[in-house]
Amino acid sequence: MAFVEKKLPADAPALDKALNWVDARFPLTKLWNDQWGQYYAPKNFNFWYIFGSLAMLVLVIQIVTGIFLVMHYKPDAAMAFSSVEYIMREVPWGWLVRYMHSTGASAFFIIIYLHMARALMYGSYRKPRELVWLFGFAIFLCLMAEAFFGYLLPWGQMSYWGAQVIVNLFGAIPFIGPDLSLWIRGDYVVSDATLNRFFSFHVIAIPLVLLGLVAAHLIALHEVGSNNPDGIEIKENLDANGHPVDGVPSHPYYTFHDIFGVTVFLVLFTAVVFFAPEMGGYFLESNNFIPADSLKTPLHIAPTWYFTPFYSILRATTSDFLYIVQAGIAAYVCLVYLKSSLPALIKMAFAAAGLVMIVGMMPFGLDAKFWGVVLFGSSVMILAGMPWLDQSPVKSIRYRPDWHKIVFIIFGIAFVTLGYLGVEPPSPVRNVISQVCAVIYFAFFLLMPWWSATGTFKPVPKRVTFKPH
Amino acid sequence: MGNEKQVDSGRRGLLVATCAAGGVVGLSATGAFVSTFQPSERAKAAGAPVEVDISSLKPGDMTTAEWRGKPVWILKRTPEMMASLNATQSEVADPDSTKPYTMPLPDYCEKQSRSRKEHQDVLIAVGICSHLGCSPSKKFTPGAQPSLPDNWAGGFLCPCHGSTFDLSGRVFKNKPAPQNLDVPRHMYLSDTKIVIGKDEKGEA
Repeated sequence: MAFVEKKLPADAPALDKALNWVDARFPLTKLWNDQWGQYYAPKNFNFWYIFGSLAMLVLVIQIVTGIFLVMHYKPDAAMAFSSVEYIMREVPWGWLVRYMHSTGASAFFIIIYLHMARALMYGSYRKPRELVWLFGFAIFLCLMAEAFFGYLLPWGQMSYWGAQVIVNLFGAIPFIGPDLSLWIRGDYVVSDATLNRFFSFHVIAIPLVLLGLVAAHLIALHEVGSNNPDGIEIKENLDANGHPVDGVPSHPYYTFHDIFGVTVFLVLFTAVVFFAPEMGGYFLESNNFIPADSLKTPLHIAPTWYFTPFYSILRATTSDFLYIVQAGIAAYVCLVYLKSSLPALIKMAFAAAGLVMIVGMMPFGLDAKFWGVVLFGSSVMILAGMPWLDQSPVKSIRYRPDWHKIVFIIFGIAFVTLGYLGVEPPSPVRNVISQVCAVIYFAFFLLMPWWSATGTFKPVPKRVTFKPH
Repeated sequence: MGNEKQVDSGRRGLLVATCAAGGVVGLSATGAFVSTFQPSERAKAAGAPVEVDISSLKPGDMTTAEWRGKPVWILKRTPEMMASLNATQSEVADPDSTKPYTMPLPDYCEKQSRSRKEHQDVLIAVGICSHLGCSPSKKFTPGAQPSLPDNWAGGFLCPCHGSTFDLSGRVFKNKPAPQNLDVPRHMYLSDTKIVIGKDEKGEA
């Protein structure tokens, strides 16, 4: 096709001419309109719909502050700890940049957990948004990797022993485990080699992947359109211009909605940065103000708060608990056989996998440490299955049976309890509570195909619930 | 489909060969990148044996040496400490150290004291818990105390997940740690000088 450039009148403003020149060579206006300017979003968004934009803002904060931190930080086991203190005490305004980065990490997880809670409530992962969810899930994995790698860099006692424990988790894998741990560390213990490679992952590898995934998440979302608190497909009801009747263009409507949300967020964020950057030891743990010592483990080590729900599941897996897991697996295989309409081959695969796991959990099989790692990994990975686990005929919690709300609340309580127990030192009573919560956690997801389809659902309206103001 | 051109098998063969050759180069390059993750020559060399002088170590005292970046405990046990091993014999998960963690118990070490016959009171063990690699802390005072059983005879407690070990570094039953602490290969150069990571048969 021949190159065509739109002819503007000679007296058109210079800016219009410049934009026209660019648009003929690069789809700038088209990109803006597709992704935001003419992207029609449901008009009934509520407060839960601010967290996507906020996550984007925090990503920018982390990247910008990260760039400036790298200018002063030294990824060397002999110098890392003191270079962080140098940033804090001697680099002009260095403390602010670092506290923004460390607070940003926790803020990121708070926002992402709320963003995911929103998706769970309103069924935002349901068809046709499966890929939006999967890209988002991959972003969550990247964030966890980013947080884990970044946490080693200050080279404090908590950084060091946290990394030691997590890298040793891989050692639980049969046959290849010990060599895999050695390969990840690049030394017999967490050392300078480990610090350097974690630094490389933290500042280059993971951020690159993360940015790509964020782009994919947004492109997929803007292709299928946003869900809303009513779980109604607004694209099924178009006006004469082909725009959704219940949609408004993101610009200017949601631009200003989001700027308001950003303002509120920044008030809270800066309050933490200036007045409570350590957040009582939850955002920055006190043991991390002691330089790493490979010969002495701190008396109490706990991961940062955003990992603790999953970490509790790891800790809850003792050899006694495996009997309950075995019974659970056996019951689940029976349930799949009797109460599902899956093809016979898949049912057989379930039974075979269940049998392998039950045998593997026997006292003569693999030890509890390995199964702890398996359950820990599964507790994260199971989130990816949401679009297929949820069989409810309606998307939004608003039109589900009321007792579904109670199921969600019980799940929420179990998740928060696991998170709380993960920062506490272990004790027999706490262990039993975390085992109960771990069972609730897995039951919520694994039984979802059945419970989510049960009950009396309310009629879903044709138009979104919206009161003009 | 009918108007598709006939595939030129010569060119197609060349294409497959080119892709295969390119794939080999790509795979080898990936292999090189993966290999850079292994311990470097310098890291391996840093695993050399270390010598420790224990002339100032009194019975009941423990000193820590660094070998391969890990803490190695040297504990000179009192007769009471040695006697406690008889009491713990039935309470530990693997009294004869048949399931080693990363290195087998050297064959010159006794099963119960896990030390060399000629220096039975001196325990030399790598202070790294076999659960997730934390370093247990010493709890030598016998008797009931927080996180420990009432019949505690002295030993070690891992702060991370609560595994307990007796004064020979043997893990108690029903604890997260699956194996006993490692006893590295070692030998005595004299009565007060130990070398860790090396014995009569060579370096570990």
